[in-house]
Amino acid sequence: MTRIPLRPLARILEARSRGENPDAIERENIRLRQEKMRDRARRRAEGRLLVLAGMFLCAFVLVGGRMALLAQSEPGEPRTSVAGADILAQRADITDREGRILATNFDTHSLYAQPEDMVDPGHAADKLVEIFPDLDRARLIRDFTGDRKFLWIKKTISPEQQQAVHDIGEPGLLFGPREMRLYPNGRLAAHVLGGASFGREGVHAAEVVGVAGVEKYLDEALRDPARAERSLTLSLDLSVQAAMEQVLQGGMRIMNAKGASGILMEVDTGEVVAVASLPDFDPNDRPALPTSGHQDDSPLFNRAVQGVYELGSVFKVFTIAQALELGLVTPDTMINTESPLTWGRFRIRDFRNYGAELSVEKVIVKSSNVGTARIAMDIGAARQRAFLDKLGFMDASPLEITEASGSTPLLPKNWSEISTMTISYGHGLSTSPMHLAAAYATIANGGRRIVPTLLRDDANAPGERVVSEATARAMRKMMRNVVTEGTASLGEVEGYAVGGKTGTADKPKPTGGYYDDKVIATFASVFPSDDPEYVLVVTLDEPVERSGSEPRRTAGWTAVPVASEVIRRVAPLLGLRPEIEPVDLAAIKRASD
Amino acid sequence: MMRSLLYVLTSLAVIGLAFWAYRENYRTQEAQARAQNLQQAIVEARRNLRVLKAEWAYLNRPDRLVDLVELNYDRLELMPMQPDQFGRIDQVAFPAPPALPITNPVDVSSMEREQ
Repeated sequence: MTRIPLRPLARILEARSRGENPDAIERENIRLRQEKMRDRARRRAEGRLLVLAGMFLCAFVLVGGRMALLAQSEPGEPRTSVAGADILAQRADITDREGRILATNFDTHSLYAQPEDMVDPGHAADKLVEIFPDLDRARLIRDFTGDRKFLWIKKTISPEQQQAVHDIGEPGLLFGPREMRLYPNGRLAAHVLGGASFGREGVHAAEVVGVAGVEKYLDEALRDPARAERSLTLSLDLSVQAAMEQVLQGGMRIMNAKGASGILMEVDTGEVVAVASLPDFDPNDRPALPTSGHQDDSPLFNRAVQGVYELGSVFKVFTIAQALELGLVTPDTMINTESPLTWGRFRIRDFRNYGAELSVEKVIVKSSNVGTARIAMDIGAARQRAFLDKLGFMDASPLEITEASGSTPLLPKNWSEISTMTISYGHGLSTSPMHLAAAYATIANGGRRIVPTLLRDDANAPGERVVSEATARAMRKMMRNVVTEGTASLGEVEGYAVGGKTGTADKPKPTGGYYDDKVIATFASVFPSDDPEYVLVVTLDEPVERSGSEPRRTAGWTAVPVASEVIRRVAPLLGLRPEIEPVDLAAIKRASD
Repeated sequence: MMRSLLYVLTSLAVIGLAFWAYRENYRTQEAQARAQNLQQAIVEARRNLRVLKAEWAYLNRPDRLVDLVELNYDRLELMPMQPDQFGRIDQVAFPAPPALPITNPVDVSSMEREQ
């Protein structure tokens, strides 16, 4: 750049010659120069601003464009994270205590139609009815040709059916993936598992929700994605459960009962090893709730938990245990058992007249209502109620299935003295067999309270003390005597020292009063009674044993033989060693022979 | 002089880094695609495993086993376990002594020799 001198000599001389001030020229030049510099600086600043604006524009366009792209794009799974691979299924498996699967998930497909895309609705309907005979052809055609845009045809179909539908070649028939709940063991433990069905349904997925049993009670936990990989371990044992159900089924048929239930519980933990209620159902194909008739007769009804019955003489054990605990009696105290015992307008009778007096032990062994009622009179209503409360008879069973909330015991409105007397031998108070099993476990484990549970957990342990060790021991001895010399003589299983108490209760009529020929027969047993490990409660609904000259309905003839067969089958499976000399060597064959 | 060298070096570094970034980008994408494929394979394998487990449980359901035991009673003679089947350890025989080694084998077939 050429610099113009501030004082060009030629102009200065010229100005001087004209008599002007030459400084004016210098100032003029300085001004011009500064103007030029200013212009340059301004252009530069403007240019920089422009570049900056350009940068900002680019940045905003970039951010805006990215936002638009993100907003437009299809949602996709993150490709780099490993978290997704852990989620196996939307619902955790359920296993028994040995890890054998009781409930799992299965991938299948649903079938739906979009009638708009259909080419030949008539042909499609014909073929569909061939594949699924339960579909109605006329209805399908009506749906396909009407103005519906979408309809479900089948919620789950097998791969073979899917292929067959595929072969129709109809573009309007589409499949969506479905995860369905599968109970591979069929009817086994149906009442515990309950069942599952679809909740909210979409084309690509459907919610699987529990509808009953443990599936519903623990629905949240089972569906929690965080623990989907860990299966839920129940306290049930598959083989024991199967054996018990088989024996109960046979027993129910032989005893002509209309229902049966069985509960096998560990006395030290309250874990239920097997619980069955017959008749049962297949949770894979859960029947609908009955719309008519009595709820109790439905296979869905869980007799072991939902069925609250007056269980009869099995309650005598609690009366005697309390009397021993309070020091009112000893096993040898003589009790007046003159039958009938008259109290106001009520008369309490024994099944047979047992004479003027019996020892407390004999009251249990022979099952004297009168004797028990007399002992209960000494205990009194308030103390009896408090004791039964401690044993858990006042609240619904805490078992982890939804049906347990329906097991609230039926208590007398007014716990009067006559109620005390009848409750002492198990009438006037209705509870479920599950309550009974928990209470027997409490006595069997040495007197500490048991909370029944279906969940396998090493932390399960008995709670507060209800009766003393000595009382519990005395009760176990009496219960053993019931089997060796009393009403449950058919319950003896060699080597397992079964102890227990029978109960035969007349069924109440819906109109009031009691049936003469319908009973609930119960046998609550403890084995082995010198150091009990398990409690078994078997209940038969309306059993009658007709092998004798006249029909026999008492528990000793009905529930007890069934229970002893259950013990005989189940105890070896539980690994309980009989305390007998094993038979000769020839009977012990190697499985591989 | 120094300055232009710096410019040249800087621009070379930029080109080099750009090339490196480009390559890394593609390598990352490739790795992601591979991870995704593996993920897919894992999911597939787990699904198969689940089906197999369900099938195993189904084939081992007690109903079926009972039926099989009854069908094969002639051969297996399996009965429900009974309390008297518990044995004591001293009832179990000691294993038979191992057979003596055969030192002078006699050929009973000529097949091997022909080979």
